[in-house]
Amino acid sequence: MPRRPGGTFGASSMADIAFLLLIFFLVATTMDVDTGLSRKLPPIVQGDDQGDVIKERNVFVVLINANDQLMVEGKPMDVHKLRVEAKEFIANPSDKEDLPEKKLKEVPFFGEIPVTKGIISLQNDRGTSYEMYIKVQNELAAAYNELRNELAQRKFGKKYDELNKEHADAIADIYPQIISEAEPKNIGGK
Amino acid sequence: MSKFKQKKEVGSQEISTASLPDIVFMLLFFFMVTTTMRETTINVQQKLPGATEVKKLERKNLVSYIYIGKPRQNFQKLYGTEPRIQLNDAFARIDDIRNYVISEREKVDENERTFLTTSLKVDQETKMGVIIDVKQELRKAGALKINYSSRRVTNIED
Repeated sequence: MPRRPGGTFGASSMADIAFLLLIFFLVATTMDVDTGLSRKLPPIVQGDDQGDVIKERNVFVVLINANDQLMVEGKPMDVHKLRVEAKEFIANPSDKEDLPEKKLKEVPFFGEIPVTKGIISLQNDRGTSYEMYIKVQNELAAAYNELRNELAQRKFGKKYDELNKEHADAIADIYPQIISEAEPKNIGGK
Repeated sequence: MSKFKQKKEVGSQEISTASLPDIVFMLLFFFMVTTTMRETTINVQQKLPGATEVKKLERKNLVSYIYIGKPRQNFQKLYGTEPRIQLNDAFARIDDIRNYVISEREKVDENERTFLTTSLKVDQETKMGVIIDVKQELRKAGALKINYSSRRVTNIED
């Protein structure tokens, strides 16, 4: 068979092939990046080790019941107010008597600085909805993040997320994120 | 002679399709690069809760997933409508979590085991009871780093 003159092949089917592949990858694509709130679980305590007794003023008690209602430090509260309250508790700007104590601590870049001894205790019921739980966790995380951001802005002129590791660690030392979760209870039923 | 030429009647004009493959190829490459294949089919309903303070989960090879939620419509006859746990491709019971964690741990390098994270992908309507049990199991298994998977939203709606 003689060769065709010019020796070109039809490029028009190229588009079809490319479309076919395109559609395959379009369907197979999942664009979602995994995002979420990272937490660390406490290790299982062996025996009946109760740990240190913590003063009441140093604990910020957050309770969520089976009806997704919030009680903070003995008072019912709306979830939107939680952030402000938590910030007030952690920072204790005017050194109030009923808010947590502070301890002087040596932190790089800052020198000796008072660090709060406050702990947030979160307790929920088995009947609490996951949505509410995440909302509360989110508000508490937001309180810490806002405080860290404010400090980072004041000291380094940058947001906390944009700091390098040493600076970020120093700030995390001053506002350590301690959210303790009590052993679960079952009061409200399922 | 008039200054303005009489417009010639133009025959039906066609857009050249020669550049079409190029455009399609460009899209194709984009999707090829961004594609991550789904390894597991999720058999439970998943509507993740929204949160504003979320962080991106890095190093996906060091993440193992636990899915919790109501079984999907076609599984409801078999498994009911109560929230169930899914590990890998199958429904599982609470007791299976420990073995799952151990097998996930075997898969990664020894010096990277401390970075293993368990991502909890939980439907937002689930009650905390199941999650508390799962968390207790994870504590017993020594998988302490967890991540509550949630969508990034700009503000929390009621």
